[in-house]
Amino acid sequence: MKALDRPELIYDSQDRGNLPLAELREALKYRHLIVQLIRRDILTRYKRSVLGIGWTLLNPLGMMLVLTIVFSQIFKFATVYGYPAYVLSGLLAWTFFAQTTNAAMVNLVWGGGLLNRIYIPRASFGLAAIGTGMVNIVLSTIPLLFVMLITQVPIHPSILFLPVSILLLAAFALGVGLLLSTMAVYFPDVAEMYQIVLTAWMYLTPIIYPEEVLPESIRFWVTHLNPMYYMVNIYRIPTYYGRWPTWPEFLAALAIALVALIVGWIVFSNKSDEYAYRI
Amino acid sequence: MLTVSDPKVAVSRLPIGLDEAIHIEKASVQYRVPHERIPTFKEYMIRKLQGKVRHHLFWALKDVNLSVHRGEVFGLIGPNGAGKSTLLKLIARVLRPTEGRVIVRGRVSPLLEMGAGFHAELTGRENVYLNGTILGFTRREIDAKFDHIVDFAELWDFIDAPLRTYSSGMWARLGFAVATDVDPDVLIVDELLSVGDESFQRKSAARIEAFREQGVTILLVSHNMETIASICQRAAWLEHGKLMAVGQVADVVAEYRKNQPH
Repeated sequence: MKALDRPELIYDSQDRGNLPLAELREALKYRHLIVQLIRRDILTRYKRSVLGIGWTLLNPLGMMLVLTIVFSQIFKFATVYGYPAYVLSGLLAWTFFAQTTNAAMVNLVWGGGLLNRIYIPRASFGLAAIGTGMVNIVLSTIPLLFVMLITQVPIHPSILFLPVSILLLAAFALGVGLLLSTMAVYFPDVAEMYQIVLTAWMYLTPIIYPEEVLPESIRFWVTHLNPMYYMVNIYRIPTYYGRWPTWPEFLAALAIALVALIVGWIVFSNKSDEYAYRI
Repeated sequence: MLTVSDPKVAVSRLPIGLDEAIHIEKASVQYRVPHERIPTFKEYMIRKLQGKVRHHLFWALKDVNLSVHRGEVFGLIGPNGAGKSTLLKLIARVLRPTEGRVIVRGRVSPLLEMGAGFHAELTGRENVYLNGTILGFTRREIDAKFDHIVDFAELWDFIDAPLRTYSSGMWARLGFAVATDVDPDVLIVDELLSVGDESFQRKSAARIEAFREQGVTILLVSHNMETIASICQRAAWLEHGKLMAVGQVADVVAEYRKNQPH
């Protein structure tokens, strides 16, 4: 019989405790797993390509180039400091959101086989998806600074606010990603539907066009009622506009991010017992 | 919920004896199987409004009472679909019972199907870390046991090559080496004693034996009655989600065999 000297773990299925708090505790305990999942995602994504992680820098640049050619030549959008840095800054924030929310959902639904074999915190997949996205957005901020330099967009000390912007974006994306994951476990079609929603949502957010081009009649709807408007702005303000966010701008983004995160986390963890039954 | 407690106190309020490793009280698991697959959300909503969503409720386990002693090697037998894997999931806290209660004392380590969680593009070394954290270890803990794992798997020459270059036997050896380099209180073994070639099989059998000597509680599922009869002390026979018999292994196996069509 094993020695009784160490404190014992006791699992009692009836003691459900507070599920959101329990999930948080477990996620902290399994933080090494989350780090390994992030490593796996980043290492395997480019494992067979020659340029490897260089693609994280080249992808947004290529996208920016295409959009700049198309939009600044054809539509001649007027932006404060020139179009390339404008579109790139918006695109980075948007891509982060679109990729991480989608990955959070897909990883749980398709990679969830593991949940059926061994206990791991259910939120691990979502947290890892956000972590991977954070590594990517930090890396792809380098080409943004590069583009700002060559297109003569001044870089201000407000750039130091960027880590806060990224954390706010991450909190918002985690909340939305967890909500989507919960829905996708019940209805796998949500994953497909979300692709369409993302496309529509992107065009309804001032990313590739400046908000001033919107007709007055719809501008209010597209900006003030669209959470992604605030989230894209909180990334764009310290970089492209080169200023510190105003209190209303910051508080709006903070409130949106926290509400999404708290609602997403609570809904997700309250359903967490269901996943093993359904995946 | 998992709680940490002092082994000498605090446990008395739970209905689990000091000599028990696993205590299962009237546990039932119910799966909802839709009669017909409803593929889309839209269709689901339409049918829900029409009251046409019909589920067929299926009890994978029904009213199972079971108590496994500490340090015991316990066998689970029964035909396919009897609910053995579901019962293991309850113990590994992958699944919470629909009804009833499951209490497990100590750290549970399920032997994953070989290489579950492995990634083919990652190297052997990276996979050891990934799989180790899936089992709940910290990075430092894996650092400490890394050499031991690779020694056991006999894979030093390939440890920095991607897993896709491994043969299926090498893949399985690495999986077994990681999964069993643990210090569990309860080990769950689901038909896994046939990994690798003959000499590796002997090594893995020896490792299971070593766990037994250390006093680890082992839960073994197998369709091989000889294996069950030779290692287990007690066994349970499950069929259609119900517990048919529990007791000394020889009696349970005999009972089970008597009832199987030949």
